[in-house]
Order: sequence, then structure tokens, then C-alpha cells
Amino acid sequence: MREIAWNTIRDTVAQLAIRANTVLDTKVEEAIRQARTTEESPVGLAILDQLLENSQIARETATPICQDTGLAVVFVTIGQEVHITGGSLEEAIHAGVAKGYTEGYLRKSVVRDPLDRVNTGDNTPAIIHYKIVPGDTFLITVAPKGIGSENMSRIFMLKPSQGLAGIRQAVLDTVLSAGSNACPPLVIGVGVGGNFEKCAQLAKEALLRPIGQYSQDPAWAQIEKDLLFAVNDLGIGPQGFGGRTTALWLAVETYPTHIGGMPVAVNINCHVARHESASL
Amino acid sequence: MKHITTPFTESIVRDLTSGDTVLISGTIYTARDAAHKRLCEAIAEGQPLPFDLQDAVIYYVGPTPPKPGQVIGAAGPTTSGRMDAYAPTLMEHGLRGMIGKGERSQTVIDSIKGHTAVYLAATGGAGALLSHCILESETIAYEDLGTEAIRKLTVKDFPATVVIDCQGNDLYQTAPAAYRRNA
Repeated sequence: MREIAWNTIRDTVAQLAIRANTVLDTKVEEAIRQARTTEESPVGLAILDQLLENSQIARETATPICQDTGLAVVFVTIGQEVHITGGSLEEAIHAGVAKGYTEGYLRKSVVRDPLDRVNTGDNTPAIIHYKIVPGDTFLITVAPKGIGSENMSRIFMLKPSQGLAGIRQAVLDTVLSAGSNACPPLVIGVGVGGNFEKCAQLAKEALLRPIGQYSQDPAWAQIEKDLLFAVNDLGIGPQGFGGRTTALWLAVETYPTHIGGMPVAVNINCHVARHESASL
Repeated sequence: MKHITTPFTESIVRDLTSGDTVLISGTIYTARDAAHKRLCEAIAEGQPLPFDLQDAVIYYVGPTPPKPGQVIGAAGPTTSGRMDAYAPTLMEHGLRGMIGKGERSQTVIDSIKGHTAVYLAATGGAGALLSHCILESETIAYEDLGTEAIRKLTVKDFPATVVIDCQGNDLYQTAPAAYRRNA
């Protein structure tokens, strides 16, 4: 049994939250630079340049890349041989979010009740996903997610007969209806299979995959490439002002599903595709 | 690139065309979801408003807290569509300019035409960059709302794009067509 102290987890979560919000993923920066080579719209190019300049300012001044520093989504992979000492794992994560969002001057965007809408004041609670595995590993990922893009995400309970064409239509319909609202260029996570909640979680997990790393399944890797191409043919462009760069990246995660269904979830992210991980 | 200053008079707005890029200087006011609700409730109850809406410009933003020595934290635009329910009422009472990002409803477009107003977009996701154009920030109302409080901002050369002009032209509807390659 390996022991990890409660406050180590709290402090790690705080650091990850601050870093994720102030340092743009280098792979996103690379993707923006790559997009500059294919973008045909002068306005689109100017916006891509603004995003790169914004990233530099954020990194150098430790200012958030975007003012919506998000709901803190936390993924924990914990070995069953790990014992947390000094308090509960869940409390450590919430305390880490509160610490990071307060000490890092991040925005507190969480309200305690969907209707009374009173701000909790410290961006808690986090949304936490646990995965228990054999051994004594402990991997934690903090993936703050803004609501502008989250609001544009969709779930579709397709029929098996709709096949790949149905998946394609679901993705394109979602991106079209998102339009300029989700601050394109986008990063898109797609979940296919499972059931209602599983495919939504798959779509979220797809957003964690490093940009440029296609599915290990060659058939799905080709589908990812084709879907990204189709999305960029929509012409929405940076900020919706027209152009070739509607999305920087698209990843699909799949899971076995029921003989009678084909759930598809499309989780839209903006270019600030935040996720930072640490192993303890 | 046009340089324009606030307040937005009718003649300034008439000179703006969908697709124009502008640099805005002067006073603008921040308000997003909760502040809009309160402003409209105040109007409905005949209460005084925390600032003069006539020819005013509202920026849809909820900034991050300033660090010591900073005027304001990251301050990019939020999605404007959530303010669609309130924007026509504010335009009826003099509001002339709105800065945000994302599509507006047909009701808002009609209201923009009817009141000779303008809707501009700032770059969503460029909150650190845009904060450098904000020289002063003062909370003037609804401080209990935190990031959603109304702030009076002094901006210099704040970059924005005219999306919906006072003729009702909408850049989001017109611009992507030139780059679309599929249905």
C-alpha cells in the first residue's frame, strides 16, 4: 500500500489549475502556426496571429489565456494499492481547486444552484471522474472547461442504420449550430458508442488526447481525419468571420454499445483546450 | 482600420459597416447575464440606472480578478446570445453599441436596425491581449455579483469587428459562404 498525503494532492491540483489556465498547450500553438499556412482569409490570419500573441502575453504575465477559466473538470486514475492520508481524496481535489482559483487570480464561475445562481466564491465544486486501476499509480488531470464552447456541445441518440453518415452529420450540425459562439478555431471531442452518459464522457476524454495523435485504430484515425476536413470545409473560419480554419483538431473515442443504439456526443472546445496532468 | 470614440452617436454608428475593423477608445461599460437581468428589472420598476444608457456601449465580459498592480485580469468577450433576451429593452432606452462574440437573434438584429445601433465582436479567447487595451476599471454597480458586476472601463484602441451594422447586415451570415466547400 502506497500512501499519498491529502495536502500533496490539494497543492498539485492548485498548480495544475493555474498552469492549465495561463500556459497554452504547445501542441495548440503548433496547430495554430500550421493553420496559418493554409488559412486563406486575411481576417482569419489576423485572428490566428492575435491568438498567438495572446498566448505569449498570458504565459509571460501569468494572466489567464481567457477570462472564462472554466468549471474545473478533474480526471483521477488511482491504483487500488494507493491510500490517501490526512483526509478524503474528494476533499483534497475541491480544496485544490479553491486554492488554485484564489491564489492564481482565476475567475470564480460556479453557482451553487442552477436556479438561485449564487456564486460559490471559490470555483468549487469540481466535476470529478475516477478510474480505479490495479497497482499503485496515481495520475491526476485538471481540465478546466469554459462554458461558451460547452453550451454548444450536443448529444445524439442515433440509430445503427445511420452509420458513419449519421456520425458525420451529427458533427457537422453541431459545429454549424455552434457557429461563432464557441470561439473558433475549435478543438472537437467526439464520443461514439456506450450509452447516454458514457458517450458524453468519451467526448470529454477525447479532448484530453494530445493534438496530432490520431486514434490507434486505423479505421477511426481515418474517420478523424475525414471529419476534421469536413468541418473545415464549412468555411466558418476563425471567430466565424469566414476562412479555412474552423477547427484545429478533432479526436474520436469509442466504446462498445447496445445492438439497438449508436449514441454520439460532440464536445466542443475552443482553442484554449486546457488539460494539465501530474503523476504522484 | 477606423478609430472611433465613445459615446456612440447616431452619426458614428451610421458610418460603420459590417466587416469593418475598428479601434475603440473612451468609456465602455461591462455587463453580462446577471447585470442585464438587474438592469431590465430596474427599467421595469422605473428605478434609476447605474449609468446613462444614451449612446452608451456595453461590453459583454466577466473579467478575471486583477493581480496586484494590474488594472484588470483577462477580459475577452463572452457569448452575446445569452443577452438577447435583454438587449432590445436596453436599446429602447438608448443603448447604441454592444461588444461581445457570437450570433444574435433576429429580434436583436431588428432592434439594432430600429434603433440605429451596432453590434461588434472582439476576439473570443484573447482575454490577456484585450486586457492591455483597458486603461482604467471601476466597479460602479452590483458589486455583489463579483465578476458579473458593472464596471466602467476606459479603453484605448480596443480592437473589434463590426458584425451587425445599423442596416442589419450580419457578418456571421455573409462571411463564411465564400469559404464553404460543402453543404
